[in-house]
Amino acid sequence: MELRETYNYTVVRQFALMTVVWGVVGMLVGVLIAAQLIWPELNVTPWLSYGRLRPLHTNAVIFAFGGSALFTTSYYVVQRTCHARLFAPALASFTFWGWQAVIVLAAITLPLGISTAKEYAELEWPIDILITLVWVSYAVVFFGTVAKRKTPHIYVANWFFGAFILTVAVLHLVNSAAVPVTFWKSYSVYAGVQDAMVQWWYGHNAVGFFLTAGFLGMMYYFIPKQAERPIYSYRLSVVHFWALIFTYMWAGPHHLHYTALPDWAQSLGMIFSLILLAPSWGGMINGIMTLSGAWHKLRDDPILKFLVVSLSFYGMSTFEGPMMAIKTVNALSHYTDWTVGHVHSGALGWVGLVSMGSLYYLIPRLYGRATMHSVQLINVHFWVATIGIVLYIAAMWIAGVMQGLMWRAVNDDGTLTYSFAESVKATYPYYVIRLMGGLLYFSGMLIMAWNVWKTVAGQRPFEASIPAVRVAHA
Amino acid sequence: MDILYLLIPLSVALVIPVGLAFWWALRGGQFDDLEGPAHRVLMDDDEPAITKRLDLDQMPRRPVS
Repeated sequence: MELRETYNYTVVRQFALMTVVWGVVGMLVGVLIAAQLIWPELNVTPWLSYGRLRPLHTNAVIFAFGGSALFTTSYYVVQRTCHARLFAPALASFTFWGWQAVIVLAAITLPLGISTAKEYAELEWPIDILITLVWVSYAVVFFGTVAKRKTPHIYVANWFFGAFILTVAVLHLVNSAAVPVTFWKSYSVYAGVQDAMVQWWYGHNAVGFFLTAGFLGMMYYFIPKQAERPIYSYRLSVVHFWALIFTYMWAGPHHLHYTALPDWAQSLGMIFSLILLAPSWGGMINGIMTLSGAWHKLRDDPILKFLVVSLSFYGMSTFEGPMMAIKTVNALSHYTDWTVGHVHSGALGWVGLVSMGSLYYLIPRLYGRATMHSVQLINVHFWVATIGIVLYIAAMWIAGVMQGLMWRAVNDDGTLTYSFAESVKATYPYYVIRLMGGLLYFSGMLIMAWNVWKTVAGQRPFEASIPAVRVAHA
Repeated sequence: MDILYLLIPLSVALVIPVGLAFWWALRGGQFDDLEGPAHRVLMDDDEPAITKRLDLDQMPRRPVS
């Protein structure tokens, strides 16, 4: 037997472990800012004040935790499904160290108050340039690996990962265009409503391609693998991909209902948001139906529970989103905590659970083990996290609808029934429930970190061989 | 809404490569078989390697997981 080529698992392992680390950090900051909303005394210094920590939380969970999870799984999936070792290993290594540098710079600059004030794009221009370099390298590594594939077909998960990488590159370049004034201060090249439109064109498409397309790539690989069943309909997965790609781009204006944005642009955003329900639910049904005929596996496989429940939350939030994009519904929901609940149903429920399930599948394989250190603890994590999410989003739904109703309540003489402070006071108990939900979700992440530590500590990294070319089977 | 002079050409500039990719995939036979790929991804010899480093070919088909 000749010496066979192996997959590059090194960079996958690095990203996998950092996903867990950044998950713990990002969720800890989330818990802290949730507590600050209950006890404002916790804003002890300017560096740890709510206004600065909130962007740190969003950057840490989306780009550090979610981003690392996407690097991990895309590098693993593209190699395994293309039967090819990662292209340009030095560049792949650069994406790891470069991305970690971006995260550390974010963790330093945001508490110092260095921010562009553009939501989900707060990092200043020198960091933006580093992001661009990392992202271009990511694209070269990913598409280079696809190009050198030994299998004729490109598996659908790679299409989703590829679309995510390309679109995020364009979004980042357009939205972060800025005129530097000093090393840590720049101004957006756009102004006023133009800037708002670009910001939410970016913001919503970041949700669509960073937090959806990329994680759908994960879903299309790890659900079939963990269930040991082919995807319910491969044909539907291809339709799902192209439908999502061709319809996603114009939903952004729904973030700007009843603002200075022209009315027709708002309505266009609303209509495209409603159209999105179809591909989203197509994908969700495709994933869940993969278990059809094997539902019993859900009973005792906690990893599958993570993956399938993540899809249920995906279905819920992609139904809720288009509903909230309807202008009359938005008139009630906008600026309330309902939006916060919606985001977290997607973030904790979909992005978080699907990443965790994928990592539980992946980490033992990266260290040559059959399973995680404790399967029972995966189950505990699942339940703690799920109960946490339910507490979180139910509290925010109630708080949000209540706030919306209080703000619009008018007396017979035309005066407002409630002052704003009264709605803040009424929200207080729901903030406490939200903190409890967040604490549960965070403790689940700690359980995962411990389980991962016990799984990998002292283990020799595993290098898997690339199967010989099997053209005859095709 | 001057911004549309940027965003609409950008969408068009994006949709052309996307359309080309779709055309390439269609013509290149990527969608000729819409059953096989779903099964092939499962037949990847990546069952968890149990502690002993056996050569892949000698590994049991389905180790107890």
